[in-house]
Amino acid sequence: MKYIIAIIQPDRLDEVMQRLEEKEIHLVTVTNVMGRGRQKGIAEVYRSHREAGTLLKKIKLEIAVNSEYVKSTLDAIIAGGRTGQVGDGKIFVLNLDEVIRIRTGETGGVAIG
Amino acid sequence: MRQRIIFAALVALAVMAMTIGATAQQVISTQAASTALASKDISAGDTAWVSISTGLVLLMTIPGLAFFYGGLVRRKNVLSILMQCFMMMCLITLQWALFGYSLAFGPDVKGIIGNLSWAGLQNVSAATASSYAPTIPHQMFMIFQMMFAVITPALIIGAFAERMKFAAFAIFSLLWATFVYDPICHWMWGKGGFLNNMGVLDFAGGTVVHINAGIASLVAAIIIGKRLGYPNRMSPPHNLPFATLGAGLLWFGWFGFNAGSALCAGSLSTSAFVATHLAAATGGLTWAIMDMVANKRATVLGTISGGVAGLATITQAAGYVGPLAAIAIGIFAGIVPWIFVSIIKPRLGYDDALDAFGVHGIGGILGALLTGVFASKAVNPAGADGLIYGNMHLFKVQCIAVLVTVMYAFVVTFILLRLVDALVGLRADTQSERIGLDLTDHRETGYTVLD
Repeated sequence: MKYIIAIIQPDRLDEVMQRLEEKEIHLVTVTNVMGRGRQKGIAEVYRSHREAGTLLKKIKLEIAVNSEYVKSTLDAIIAGGRTGQVGDGKIFVLNLDEVIRIRTGETGGVAIG
Repeated sequence: MRQRIIFAALVALAVMAMTIGATAQQVISTQAASTALASKDISAGDTAWVSISTGLVLLMTIPGLAFFYGGLVRRKNVLSILMQCFMMMCLITLQWALFGYSLAFGPDVKGIIGNLSWAGLQNVSAATASSYAPTIPHQMFMIFQMMFAVITPALIIGAFAERMKFAAFAIFSLLWATFVYDPICHWMWGKGGFLNNMGVLDFAGGTVVHINAGIASLVAAIIIGKRLGYPNRMSPPHNLPFATLGAGLLWFGWFGFNAGSALCAGSLSTSAFVATHLAAATGGLTWAIMDMVANKRATVLGTISGGVAGLATITQAAGYVGPLAAIAIGIFAGIVPWIFVSIIKPRLGYDDALDAFGVHGIGGILGALLTGVFASKAVNPAGADGLIYGNMHLFKVQCIAVLVTVMYAFVVTFILLRLVDALVGLRADTQSERIGLDLTDHRETGYTVLD
């Protein structure tokens, strides 16, 4: 089992969700986050005062999948999230030790989806 | 200790109200006799308009100014701003009724201050008019002016926002209203006030309200010091939609402020109404253009700031200038405060958090001087002609009024702030400032994260 964390551009969320649906990946947790990578953001200006080092708005997706779904999940995120511009984001893939469905107490691969 | 001071203040207030109440009984009976005679001079239309205007000017402070300022601070301080504006309404309303109105408008003492014969609204009748406004009841004039007395100290909140203790704010506001606003109001508008006698023109409070509060803001910003992290590690305004809503309500309320200052409904209120609107629109447009030229983008904050600057600048001239002069004043209002806020303030290095001085102080001074330039007797026969009509005198007295107000407001505000600092301490401690005044001063938060 893998735990996939993706940081993407906010405006790519709809596209990524659609691609995930197509691959039948329905379970996802989405969070608004702030962050920055190597790219410079758009400096905001308030009464001519230019803000320095603004963090950028990003979206964080978290998806837990069984190993056979990892590739299709990654493909979907990349296909939906890529614009070719700096700032498209990153995907992190982590090993997942255990999953427990709270309602039934089931554990492991059956509990994941 | 603190509780004891507050309790003592409340007791004092109650005792005062009771004594005034007792003496007032006799007054009411004598007034009743003259009511039937004078009430036929009261105009229903004028009274209706000034009543509505009073409500409009209330709206400028809460929620207009409250949301304008509230949107511009960080989210952890939004309640402290709303609270300060709301509390100002409560506090100064009582101050005005108990003694403030009498100090400002009561029978003159040597051109400097009113005496206390109208304290507790004694001799301020709801049935008869006063010499200030012959067609509306005296109490109507009193409560209309009350709203000006409230919004003026409320403007200063923008300078010390996000870092002043609530107790210090309350004490300072009460003292400032009494020792700065009331005297200056008397000089300019009181019968016998020395600026009034000199022929200075201040239609709706460019000097009394905006220069006065603007200078106090400058002093407050300097004395209380910069916010932690200013200027380079500050979060941006937390809710510009709030600020825009507030600016819109200010504009709306300003019709009461300026057109209501005609104290009657008719041609004078109409020309003031039109001048006010034209200057606001021109100010907003001009500021947006300045932003485009200097920063490549027209900004929302800039445009609403320009609108407010236009309103602050036209205030003094509103009832004395024609439409084209109002547009000219709006252009100045979009340029001069812009230069001040964008270029001069950052170099001076003080932290006037929400530009109360930059917009109101500079706008007010500009408006006072431009009144001396553009005022026209053709627009308002009760006014005077300005520089462009070849009259040097008006411009001269306008300059004197600005100087006198700036100096008095500067010195007395300075003394009052030092006094309050010694009494309770002005500035919230560092830990409170970091956490935010909503939680530390009021034990509340503006926004929840969960549910």
